[in-house]
Amino acid sequence: MYSDKVLDHFSNPRNVGEIPDADGVGTVGNAKCGDIMRMYLKVDDSGIITDVKFKTFGCGAAIATSSMATEMVKGKTLKEALKLTNAAVAEALDGLPPVKMHCSLLAEEAVKAAVEDYMKKHPEAVID
Amino acid sequence: MNRIYMDNAATTAVSRQVLDKMLPYFTDVYGNASSIHGTGRDARKALEEARRQVASVLNCKPQEIYFTSGGSESDNWAIKGTAFANRRKGGHIITSAIEHHAVLHTCQWLEKQGFTVTYLPVDEYGQVDPRDVEAAITDKTILISVMAANNEIGTIQPIREIARIARAHQVYFHTDAVQAMGAIPMDVQEIGCDMLSLSAHKFHGPKGVGALYIRQGVRIDNFMHGGAQERGKRATTENIPGIVGLAEALKLATQDLEEKSARIAALRDQLIDGLTAIPYTRLNGHRTNRLPNNCNISIRFVEGEALLLRLDLAGIAASSGSACTSGSLDPSHVLLAIGLPHEIAHGSLRFSLSDATTQEEVDTVLRTLPGIVETLRSMSPLYADFMEAQK
Repeated sequence: MYSDKVLDHFSNPRNVGEIPDADGVGTVGNAKCGDIMRMYLKVDDSGIITDVKFKTFGCGAAIATSSMATEMVKGKTLKEALKLTNAAVAEALDGLPPVKMHCSLLAEEAVKAAVEDYMKKHPEAVID
Repeated sequence: MNRIYMDNAATTAVSRQVLDKMLPYFTDVYGNASSIHGTGRDARKALEEARRQVASVLNCKPQEIYFTSGGSESDNWAIKGTAFANRRKGGHIITSAIEHHAVLHTCQWLEKQGFTVTYLPVDEYGQVDPRDVEAAITDKTILISVMAANNEIGTIQPIREIARIARAHQVYFHTDAVQAMGAIPMDVQEIGCDMLSLSAHKFHGPKGVGALYIRQGVRIDNFMHGGAQERGKRATTENIPGIVGLAEALKLATQDLEEKSARIAALRDQLIDGLTAIPYTRLNGHRTNRLPNNCNISIRFVEGEALLLRLDLAGIAASSGSACTSGSLDPSHVLLAIGLPHEIAHGSLRFSLSDATTQEEVDTVLRTLPGIVETLRSMSPLYADFMEAQK
């Protein structure tokens, strides 16, 4: 039911962990539903995401989409990160089973929550 | 990779002896049991011999055994059949909150047809209290259906006491013995039930065949219309190879049952002790009053499907009651009914053993799972927050 890419990102997740001095942290989902994703961002002065890490409680698809989302925003500008869509995450994983599409949405929301947290902590930053 | 199969509550391998017994009935004795000629008569002979064999294991009359397509059909028939046949007496049914969906969804459907259903709660181990059964009976109650043992957590129900109560109140009692059959003794006279469901593929028989025991005299509607098969109650040309396989598998499963159960239970206990030694885990179901082959645990801070996938990558087949494996947003109704919070129910794992399970396989699972749990916890924000709060 899962593509090889999903299984690869599930068994060897990229960028898993925490960034202790992160510039932005976003947590989405809830334990009751069985999925929680937390994204940590490190952002440089020019608004580029230089490092990103995640921690996820959830199923195989939740872990794989978190991993893929971190790869997709690493090295990108905050503006580019905000444009990340769940469809793009799912596509990059060669698709997800229909019942797992909400996991990719959670990954998109986790990235956005982390960027918003950064913006709150850095009101001087402008996303043009 | 050597695969370890510990999902025998889902289904079992057909044993070689059962398969060998079945094969001639596909190609040689292929007749329709209703035909008058010799080929048909040979099929009929095999059918009735299988019925006698099943009846002898259950300790009932052969004419009280009806072959079906499986456990779900047997449950559907027992409940719908008695509900509609006894509607004039009343429209109330009693069951438990942790029944298989074949029972629960049938009862929910009957509610839409105007019946009322009481879903009895269970205690923290998943046990129905017989006193609750008695208290729920009204003058409109026509049927009580409580499973012999639970398929997810393995808890064995006090069906003998419930049967006595049902009989004292002249209410029919059905038990879903799909998981219990072949694992613990099932004698319908000793239990005192009026109906009992079983399914061949749970005890090394083929899929797609089951049976319903119906005590003589029970008022029950016919299930399938269109033929005289199964005493006119369940039309369709009989699945002779399947029925022969069911009877043979049942005979084998119930031979030396005590000895086999004790051996399997010893391996189960090693699994339970070893896996619950992992920090922040718990056993689901009763410690001793449970099926000999069932080990169900909850592992906090991790999710069941992720555990299953990692186990599968390591060659170990198990199952989970997490929402992600149930195809819905909620985790297993059984785990919620015994009082587990959602997030702990999501992290459940069921290992179900068989007669073929070896010591080496148990050792491998005990060696493999702790590392998987550690890896998944290391990426779990729930675990990080919990450990932070412990400081």
